Amino acid sequence: MRIQRATATILSTIFMGLGQIYNRQFVKGIIFFLIESACVYYFIGNLGRALWGIATLGDTPNHLAKVNGITKMVPGDHSIYILIQSLITLFVLILFLIAWVMNIRDAFQTARKREAGIPVNNFKQSLRYVRDYKFAETFLILPAVGILFFTIMPIIFMILIAFTNYSAPSHVPPAKLVDWVGFETFRNLLALKTWSHTFYGVLTWTIIWAILSTVTTYFGGLLVALLISQQGIRFKGFWRAILIIPYAVPQLISLLLMRNLFNGQFGPINQYLRYFGLGGLPWLTDPFWAKVTVIIVNMWVGIPVSMLLIMGVLTTIPRDMYEAAEVDGASNFQKFRIVTLPMVLFTTAPTLITQFAGNINNFNAIFLLTGGNPVNGNYQYAGSTDLLVTWLYKLTLDQNKNNMAAAVGIIIFIIIASFSIYNYRRTNSFKQEDMIQ
Amino acid sequence: MIGRKFANISRLAVSYIILIVLAISALYPAIWIVLGSLRPGKSLYSKHFIPDQLTLVHYKELFTSQVYLFGTWYMNTLKIALCSMLIGVLLTLLTSYAVSRFRFKGRQTALSTLLILGMFPGFMSMIAIYLLLKEFHLLDTHLALIIVYAAGAPLSGTFIAKGFLDTIPRSLDEAARIDGASNFGIFSRIILPLSRPMITYMALTQFVGPWVDFIFARLILRTKENWTVAVGMWDMVNTIQNSNFTLFSAGAVLIAVPIMILFAFLQRLLVDGLTAGASKG
Repeated sequence: MRIQRATATILSTIFMGLGQIYNRQFVKGIIFFLIESACVYYFIGNLGRALWGIATLGDTPNHLAKVNGITKMVPGDHSIYILIQSLITLFVLILFLIAWVMNIRDAFQTARKREAGIPVNNFKQSLRYVRDYKFAETFLILPAVGILFFTIMPIIFMILIAFTNYSAPSHVPPAKLVDWVGFETFRNLLALKTWSHTFYGVLTWTIIWAILSTVTTYFGGLLVALLISQQGIRFKGFWRAILIIPYAVPQLISLLLMRNLFNGQFGPINQYLRYFGLGGLPWLTDPFWAKVTVIIVNMWVGIPVSMLLIMGVLTTIPRDMYEAAEVDGASNFQKFRIVTLPMVLFTTAPTLITQFAGNINNFNAIFLLTGGNPVNGNYQYAGSTDLLVTWLYKLTLDQNKNNMAAAVGIIIFIIIASFSIYNYRRTNSFKQEDMIQ
Repeated sequence: MIGRKFANISRLAVSYIILIVLAISALYPAIWIVLGSLRPGKSLYSKHFIPDQLTLVHYKELFTSQVYLFGTWYMNTLKIALCSMLIGVLLTLLTSYAVSRFRFKGRQTALSTLLILGMFPGFMSMIAIYLLLKEFHLLDTHLALIIVYAAGAPLSGTFIAKGFLDTIPRSLDEAARIDGASNFGIFSRIILPLSRPMITYMALTQFVGPWVDFIFARLILRTKENWTVAVGMWDMVNTIQNSNFTLFSAGAVLIAVPIMILFAFLQRLLVDGLTAGASKG
């Protein structure tokens, strides 16, 4: 009787759905059959070109040719479109292969049931089975497809770009072709003087910025939260509501506004300083002061979040811990140092690291406020306050140095991923210890 | 005793002074932009903090101007934000419900993949998405923005939502299952009502994201009639340097006020959302 199993499997391997039809699951079989038919039709038209495309990235540039006796420009291959089309086709191929394997497995298992004498599910029963036992997987299909096409595929595309020479001026389609160059882009970025100088400079500032902005907003938030939650302070809700306002104003607005407030010539901040007889400061035009300004403005934007978070934590600290400390004769400061601070730090440590990682990528704070300026003459297309992310943006959208930008992006990713994975592991171990909650 | 009382009073006095200073610095820019929107003329510069004359002309100009199609932009943004919020919240809920309640093969892999994907610099993939949308002839359409925002929603929201759903006791599910509820019944009758705070939080962040995003919107939307408010506002202060600051202020007030009201109402939920994300990761 094992013959059924073999036959169903082989039939399904040859063409999706055949095994199911052999198993007398007609509706399911026909659905599978139609899926494969559609895919085969699609692949006949596209697969060959996709493989050729991903290997060569096109081979004919724009060229002059005689058409009907007149010489004119004939469009050649557009390497980037070819790359993305090939990627789409390959992704469809992967999805198809997954469906194909599932179909074979299904045919095999159903046949085995038949051999054992168990009646096979009809279509209605199959649907019910999926609803009851494969619920999570079904639920996840839609989000997964979205993520596959709009997150994973673009990321793979960008990783691939880092290994090409897609950059202005000599390799920008449609006029020119793009080729694979291997690790050359990374070598240039890290070792070639013109690029590496900018890269290490921007990297250093990115790290400094991430540390300073995280620390200032965190401890600023802690300070404010402690101030408000002190014993004897009245209208706690009122203070909190006021201090939360910067968080509620969209960053697009507040940062563009701050750019005007800190304007060196006619910004109100300098007007006030002059009013008090102090010279105005070159807030956004001097490299050093621009850095100070972005940190200050980021405090304005970021402190409310930390404040909310820490106030939430403060309410969870058991009162008896303070009472015990009081009995032991602890002063206010000692109570803070021994009870409050460790508890707050312990609960918020994961957020602290998340915020640090987020600040490395804090595009808005820099782009909207300074745009990376003031210009730094020693840098390749970067200003003094540019972070790696904003530099990446400029390299892509302003300079068309796409391969370099992609390489920078990969490096940012590696930095952030290592922090976050470390953080994730730690949070997990926290959870298992069950020390809090 | 008297010394202690004095110390206490001076501590409170210092605290109040600091709080007042902080409150002023928190409010100052907000008040400044409201006053700026009421100030006659176009310039950023003013002799007095409170203008001598107040006018609503800039608000009127926003909606009548031929150059700034603020009304159209506002409606565009509203449409995009609402649609992507609905789809995005739905997708996030599906994902987080599945990973919170079910144990299936590849669950851990799916979770770590989600975590790692979330770390890529968002617009590193922008160029690819741009080309992808071009392939599908979706450039300069609102549909494109909605698809991309909604598809990205599970990436940012799943972990927080999962953390919240994990706190809903499983005994509830089991009780319902014994009473004969299906998976879908449990989801719609038990999980959804109980996670209302989380849904509100997600809806808010999903709404505000598209509402203020301009990087991606600027890349995709090419014709002025299709712009969102964020793109329009950016254009207002960036192309003609500062010359229309009062108009910008008026627009800023119109954008910021609805969001601020939402935030004020949902303050409590925000705290819960933030702490849920923090300690339950």
